[in-house]
Amino acid sequence: MKTNRREFLKASAATAAAAAVGLSVDGQTQALAAAGEDQWQWDKGVCRFCGTGCGIMIATHEGRVVATKGDPEAPVNKGLNCIKGYFNAKILYGEDRLTQPLLRKKNGRFDKRGRFEPVSWDEAFTVMAEQFKKHYRTLGPAGVALFGSGQYTIQEGYAAAKLWKAGFRSNNIDPNARHCMASAVGAFMQTFGIDEPAGNYEDMEATDTVLVWGANMAEMHPILWSRITDRRLTADHVRIVNLSTYTNRCSDLADLEIIFRPNTDLAILNYLIREVIHRKAVNWDFVKKHCVFATGPRYIGYGLPRQTFATKAERDTVDKEIRKRLSEDEAIALGLGETDERLVEMVHRDKPQAHWQISFEDFAKGVEPYTLDFVAQLAKGDRDEPLDTFKAKLKQLADLVCEQPRKMVSYWTMGFNQHQRGVWVNEACYALHLLLGKQSMPGNGAFSLTGQPSACGTAREVGVFCHRLPSDMVVANPAHRAKTEKLWTLPTNTLNPKPGTHTVEMLRQLESGQVKFLWVMVANLFQNSANADHWLKAAREMDNFIVVSDAYPGISAKVADLVLPAGMIHEKWGAYGNAERRTQHWRQQVAPPGEAVGDLWHLMEFAKRFTLAECWDEKKVPGAELEGAPKGVLPDVLSAAKAMGHKPEQTLYEVLFRNAFTRKYPWPDAIANGHRNHVAERLGDGWFPEKGLWEEYRQFTLHGHDLADFDTYHRVRGLRWPVVDGKETKWRFSEGHDPYVPKGAGFAFYGPALKAIPTGDLTQVTDPAPTPIGPKAKIFFRPYMDPVEMPDKAWPFWLCTGRVLEHWHSGTMTRRVPELHRAVPQAEMYMHPADAERMGLGKGDLAWVESRRGKVRLRVTIGGRNRMPRGTVFVPWFDENVLINKVTLDATDPISKETDFKKCAVKVYRA
Amino acid sequence: MQANRRRVLQGLAQGAAGAFVGGALWGGFLRQSRAAPTVLRPPGALADEADFARACIKCGACVSACPYDTLRLADLGEDAPAGTPTFTPRQVACAMCVDIPCVRPCPSGALDRAMQDIGAARMGVAVLDPSTCLSMQGLRCEACHRACPVIDKALRLEYRHQPRTGVHAFFEPVVDPDHCTGCGQCEHACVMDVAAIKVLPRAVALGRVGAHYRIGWEDDAPVTEGFRQGPAPAAADEAVPGLDYLNGDPP
Amino acid sequence: MSRLPRWLVARRLVQVGLLAAFAWAANAGAGHLLRGNLSASVLFDTVPLADPFAALQMLAAGHVLATTALVGAAVVLVFYALIAGRAFCGWVCPVNLVTDAAAWLRRRLGLHGLVRLPRTTRFVVLGLALALSAALGVAAFEWVSPVGLAQRAVIFGLPAAWSVVAGVFLLDLLVLERGVCGHLCPLGAFYVAAGARPMVRVAYHDDRCTACMACHKVCPERQVLAPLLDPTARPDFVAGGACLNCGRCVDVCADDALTFTLRPPGARPARLPLAASRRHSP
Repeated sequence: MKTNRREFLKASAATAAAAAVGLSVDGQTQALAAAGEDQWQWDKGVCRFCGTGCGIMIATHEGRVVATKGDPEAPVNKGLNCIKGYFNAKILYGEDRLTQPLLRKKNGRFDKRGRFEPVSWDEAFTVMAEQFKKHYRTLGPAGVALFGSGQYTIQEGYAAAKLWKAGFRSNNIDPNARHCMASAVGAFMQTFGIDEPAGNYEDMEATDTVLVWGANMAEMHPILWSRITDRRLTADHVRIVNLSTYTNRCSDLADLEIIFRPNTDLAILNYLIREVIHRKAVNWDFVKKHCVFATGPRYIGYGLPRQTFATKAERDTVDKEIRKRLSEDEAIALGLGETDERLVEMVHRDKPQAHWQISFEDFAKGVEPYTLDFVAQLAKGDRDEPLDTFKAKLKQLADLVCEQPRKMVSYWTMGFNQHQRGVWVNEACYALHLLLGKQSMPGNGAFSLTGQPSACGTAREVGVFCHRLPSDMVVANPAHRAKTEKLWTLPTNTLNPKPGTHTVEMLRQLESGQVKFLWVMVANLFQNSANADHWLKAAREMDNFIVVSDAYPGISAKVADLVLPAGMIHEKWGAYGNAERRTQHWRQQVAPPGEAVGDLWHLMEFAKRFTLAECWDEKKVPGAELEGAPKGVLPDVLSAAKAMGHKPEQTLYEVLFRNAFTRKYPWPDAIANGHRNHVAERLGDGWFPEKGLWEEYRQFTLHGHDLADFDTYHRVRGLRWPVVDGKETKWRFSEGHDPYVPKGAGFAFYGPALKAIPTGDLTQVTDPAPTPIGPKAKIFFRPYMDPVEMPDKAWPFWLCTGRVLEHWHSGTMTRRVPELHRAVPQAEMYMHPADAERMGLGKGDLAWVESRRGKVRLRVTIGGRNRMPRGTVFVPWFDENVLINKVTLDATDPISKETDFKKCAVKVYRA
Repeated sequence: MQANRRRVLQGLAQGAAGAFVGGALWGGFLRQSRAAPTVLRPPGALADEADFARACIKCGACVSACPYDTLRLADLGEDAPAGTPTFTPRQVACAMCVDIPCVRPCPSGALDRAMQDIGAARMGVAVLDPSTCLSMQGLRCEACHRACPVIDKALRLEYRHQPRTGVHAFFEPVVDPDHCTGCGQCEHACVMDVAAIKVLPRAVALGRVGAHYRIGWEDDAPVTEGFRQGPAPAAADEAVPGLDYLNGDPP
Repeated sequence: MSRLPRWLVARRLVQVGLLAAFAWAANAGAGHLLRGNLSASVLFDTVPLADPFAALQMLAAGHVLATTALVGAAVVLVFYALIAGRAFCGWVCPVNLVTDAAAWLRRRLGLHGLVRLPRTTRFVVLGLALALSAALGVAAFEWVSPVGLAQRAVIFGLPAAWSVVAGVFLLDLLVLERGVCGHLCPLGAFYVAAGARPMVRVAYHDDRCTACMACHKVCPERQVLAPLLDPTARPDFVAGGACLNCGRCVDVCADDALTFTLRPPGARPARLPLAASRRHSP
């Protein structure tokens, strides 16, 4: 035992020493802080971290951020922060902050086998453009890809989407929000026809019941949990229910804790829905007027690849993508008869998003198998809990849910979204709320929480996805393309109609060589993606060119070929949109260090290296179908462009960015109030990019996503959209709260997408003609299905991954804050004491956690902030030295393409 | 003969004087170099610092046995006798090893070799400063609570409404000295510049209720049935109590 | 003589080797082989060893020593008392390295001490150590011992403790010849008392002695050599007690008049017959 710990200690001794030293590294800030606090300048801004979107005040002095405080005027947090937010002033000043472009070179030239050397921006972009064009010419728009982020500012995301889609005509742009919110988006679109939650944070003060579904809000949305806690303290009748696969800090406050087996959240929801029906608790008035029932295909697969890159060990899991033998539980859940075939082909994997309207009778038939007995034995997650106790808890939950007029809010984040049936389980939650009529009113509604600070504002609202266009539009819809082309002054048929590579597909195509240029921005793709060994190998060993724009060197930068230093929040103008649809803007407070520049500039400078002639000529895109063009081809639009006034020798920068519209917004601008803009200054051509692009983007939103004008946001603490006539919207889809709901309607689910659907029964379409359903929401029946990889004799544990309060995402920022690093210096594996003892492991011992795909070594911990049930282990992913994504499975929800990071099968043994 | 005896006596006197002065200085130094009251000792140490100082043979076996390099020998000039084992949680906290390897090799009885339950260690007790602790100001921290190996027993959270914002709660860390081992993980994890929660020796931090009073709200002191009166109290030492006072100076 | 001073080399190897062994074991986690330091240690997880003088002080201070330390102290005490004599001071103690170095430098520079003290002073210190231990309830010498500080400075890397090493060196160099080991150290005094009649002795062969006094020059406790040339004494071996068994005299004697030998423990030296003495031959 001792040698184990000693070894590991020696490895972390260096880190500990660095941390101890690091405490004095920021002496400069401390010295500044001590001197002349009365000379500090303050401005408002937002926290860099989670989707809560706390407001902060930032103090600067002599070009440095010296302090922050919670903004007392911000309605979200009223002056409070959590300890990540507490360190906003320190995250810009880590020792190894990237300040120069770095290129792999050998003998003075770019070489993938070379070592990183500092280069000028000019050389960086020259090599980058060269490599891009090399692959663009041979592979076309399908061969180049951009991995963007829900931590991009809104303007950065907009510029990225525009550059890639309008400039390069490539849809291979996808954000890290694919890993976090894609399932939520899919469910919003299918259920409501429009994205993002109906409610807002004030629901917490208004509600009577809070259901937390597979989300560790106590650690991941700390200020929101504080509001929920206060609600519980100040109103006796309020009840909190924590549904999770292990005991976490939410359980401390919860009145009812339900530990369930991974994936069975959907079964529990169907049980509750069945109870609602059987107890005659359906709010028929609401349902008849505002809802329809729907379902979709079942055998949609698991998002696993069919090609041959799977290793021998992975085969048995990957093979289920073709066919699978249903378990008895699945057979019951799907309502199959005794004689129905159990070995099923995944025939629906090519169109998993298809859905159709069904009758209520069929809907009720669908949930009928989900009796208390069936669901309890299926879903009970703690082997040591008696079945009767678990049943009693489920019943207690059903009692709470059905009680009227008890208001109810459901919150979820990654437990529902990073799920192989993520869209389905999101929809089942909406189904529950809609059936009860507990939706879109203060304190009543299903609220999908967002993890990142701007997955909403940037990734989703701007449409930085492989299949989307701004403001809920999609590339596959000709009307949407036409509208976008109009707003962007593009010739018809510029835009590529074929959805590009989603994140996991991007990585698989990097491995197969179909994608040879990849640009990663504001995200750590090679640490945050499942089955990482495949992609790490592909990055380094394939013939490709990988660019990473980041502020700190992480794993992705390490496997890249070119690293571009990026300006961080508060070093640039920007805006984020948080989980309650609140868009908040900030000004530049300080300049970025060295040669680091904001990502917006990276995109625009790169755009200067391309002319229309190179991008708007004929492009081959296999599978693309445009009207008036041959299959598999994007037509030449240069002549049409000329007719619009564009010239072929114009750069993408002139056409897409500093164009006739955006030029109207000059820099300097009075709204700056003395603040500088290093991006505008560097470009040096007199326009205000963040404002110009904002105003251009804004035009897309004036239909239910309404955003206010740029200047307004700089005068207020954010506004919840739709902002109509200067007024924000707190609750959408309900009369009196939402300006888009007509008088007398009560409710209107006016989202336009997917509102004309075929009709059918539980298993198939009977009438394929699309029937419009009007401004109604869809109540979906979705069956429970087993996860594709479950524990067995060889791999006996469930592995769940997640986070801790102290660290953000891949730790590139928070691990460079010495205090946060000291508080939680490494990722540990949480285990049940009996499991640990059985494996001969004690607290603090080194162990391997291994799956069919890879293994990592880490320390075991027992007890602490999380208490695991027997058979499950939990590992947070913030620690690049414990790259747990080498172990996780790249199965996704087939509809949303979001990876399921929450369940795969592993074995654990002493190191 | 006289001269001899004188020399011997002189020698004896010098020796005695030297011994006296030397002994006084030495003794004075010993008294000064008692451990500062805030020094922490390894788990299983004799509870009274004087007993521990007497018993520690300074062999360093406990220090070598600690797998996390938590324990170290005090250096000359530190606030503990040089060569005795101590630890500074802010640098490295006690990892609470279940097998307690540090106590096993102690040869002298300064540490309890037979100790089985690390939860019974009483190296100190954590003390929170509410005026600076972030959680007590209303922020969401509680890093100490999440770091505590005896979470929810030694260190638990108490929730309280925040009147200022009206919609948030305080998450107050509360230490229970009956379970706190003094390992210092909390002090180590505290994210502030100077830790707002610190481990202090129990003798320094804790109070004690007078032997004459019982605190407790259990109904465990019921009226005794069959009461029996004890003997009358003995007379005071003074032969006739009060006489000295009464016969003293007039008011 | 240019022959190799083998006893000196052996001593240094043992002194340095012991420190190195403890230092290695402490830092390499080899506790099952060797654990502790010169104050108390355990060999191969079975054989306890402990400083008997420290144990005595702790008993005087009122602590009931655990068995391991008691047994260890007894083992060490018996070893020195029965077999090796005052060899701790010459072969183990790290301070001896410092004081020997100071003595050598003093000889080279031809310095004289500032003060003189009787050798019995160390017994007064020994008595004080025990008295203070009893009075103040702490092991009085252990708290100030340069032996302890020096060895812990090396094994555990305690920076401030090195200042004591420097102090010892300067004291011996400038203030008092053989100050610490010869006059002040109560641990030395303890071993003088304990090591009075061990088995290992330095035998005197007066038939080979030429009275060149080379041994006298190098001996740290030269009063033990005085009887060899005293016609009324002429012992056949150097009396124990203050003799460190360091073997310097054996090394430097060109005539092989001094050698190590074994005698039964408790034996007293016998007087050599006059006739055998070369010096007195007509």
